[in-house]
Amino acid sequence: MRLRDEREKARPPPARFSLLTSHPYFAHVIRFSNVYKGYPNGALALKDVTFHVSKGEFVFLTGHSGAGKSTIMKLLYAEQRPSSGEVRVSGYNVTALKPDEVAKLRRRLGVVFQDFRLLEDRTAAENIAFALEVTGARSDTIAARVMRVLTQVGLSAKGRAYPRELSGGEQQRVAIARALVNDPAILLADEPTGNLDERATRGVFQLIRDINAGGTVVVMATHDLDLVRQTSYRIVEMRDGSLVYDSAVDEAAAEAQ
Amino acid sequence: MKLLTREALLSFRRAPLLSTLSVTAIAFSLFTLGLFGLVAVNLRQALRGLEERVEIVAYILRGTPSETIAIASQDISAFPEVQDVNYVSEEVALQRARSELVEFRDAYRDLQVNPLPASLEVRLKEGFRDAASVEQVAQRLKGFGFIDDVRFGREWVQKLDHLRNLTGLVGLLIGLAFAAVAVVIIGVTIRLTILQRAREISIMRLVGATNWFIRGPFLLEGALKGLLGGFLSLVLCYGGYLLFRDQSGGTLAGLIFFRPEHMVIIIIFGVMLGLGGSLVSVGRHLRNV
Repeated sequence: MRLRDEREKARPPPARFSLLTSHPYFAHVIRFSNVYKGYPNGALALKDVTFHVSKGEFVFLTGHSGAGKSTIMKLLYAEQRPSSGEVRVSGYNVTALKPDEVAKLRRRLGVVFQDFRLLEDRTAAENIAFALEVTGARSDTIAARVMRVLTQVGLSAKGRAYPRELSGGEQQRVAIARALVNDPAILLADEPTGNLDERATRGVFQLIRDINAGGTVVVMATHDLDLVRQTSYRIVEMRDGSLVYDSAVDEAAAEAQ
Repeated sequence: MKLLTREALLSFRRAPLLSTLSVTAIAFSLFTLGLFGLVAVNLRQALRGLEERVEIVAYILRGTPSETIAIASQDISAFPEVQDVNYVSEEVALQRARSELVEFRDAYRDLQVNPLPASLEVRLKEGFRDAASVEQVAQRLKGFGFIDDVRFGREWVQKLDHLRNLTGLVGLLIGLAFAAVAVVIIGVTIRLTILQRAREISIMRLVGATNWFIRGPFLLEGALKGLLGGFLSLVLCYGGYLLFRDQSGGTLAGLIFFRPEHMVIIIIFGVMLGLGGSLVSVGRHLRNV
């Protein structure tokens, strides 16, 4: 069933901060303007995608595998560059980013993946500390900051555990803690619950919601429609590289009528 | 800086097998290079021994006053090519002939008059013991009025020249080939290390490490491996050297080992190999992802 149809029946309350979305340029922490992304073989991963994300927003990025969700994520953390159009993230123009600026941009982002991407030969605390060390954080502050985020994700007792000693949900929490430890403006979560059972999924999702409630922008790619339906967050739906539905735009249009 | 060192050292602990492999690869590459270097060093040494015997003999006309000869030999000593000048009087020449040419001892003993002329033996400095310099000095010696004749082993000096050029060229070629092999082997082992840690590199990039920050530990690791490998190769070379020298039963007793500056060069070369191999491998990796 199409999400749009469901939404029209349910008529949820307007998304938070919807006023800001009509505000000028600088209010957006993410701007995707007429973005195309082609591959060397000529296929288009993204076709004319435009959407903006304001401060404090939570955005679901939905669609089937291969619809372009991951490509959008990769453009957001500057793993790839757009073929044409403009991508701006937290003030950085991804289209024309120098290698050093890529590093700087990523320090303002937290990124979480389906496969956690933890280093197996380091403990949970060391994995988190690693993210601080590579950015040149002062070494005497690291232990305290690691403890703070471990507590935030509910794993204050498991700092010394290695990833293999933790459950999937716990590993994802460590990954989220690592993403948070640099106080990012934006949290990017690419299928964060894809490898988790239902109970772990609920816990991790609640954690991500709490993070958003603290003011961090969250962009979460998922094809778990049950999760999407539970909440009234903004939905951006992709299909075959095109943006086919954006709840913020549709609701603004509905309100204007 | 502390982090850099720690990460570089940690890599040895995390991947002991691969680290050992890299160090061993560097050590053996440098070892083959070093063995060849030893052969080259000893060949040079042997050549130098031959060169020492390059000598120009200027025969003096009978009846030349000794003051003239003394002044002239001072002049000759002042030639830039000349190491020393040795005056051999007629009597000394005869004595030498008697003791060295045993077959003719009887002939010399019966002589009433000394048939041998006095001579100046001129030895050249190192670097001038080649055919061209020898020829030049000989020409100049002929210019002195009291010099009757100038002799030197023309063919012999030319052969020495050929030998020198040949060993130099072959040495350079083989040395380059060994060095190239060493570079390739070291590059491959470091590439292996990096592939093994590709995941770690991707995570470093993800959390905002700059490329130089990522390179740092790998470069230090490579340099350390090069240092260890270089040191190990010297130990191996020394072992090989002792083995050769002692097994030869005295025929190679004169075999020399590297001088300290050569050892330093080998170790520096090892460090540079490790560093260069890391730089190339990491650079390629960072460009590709």
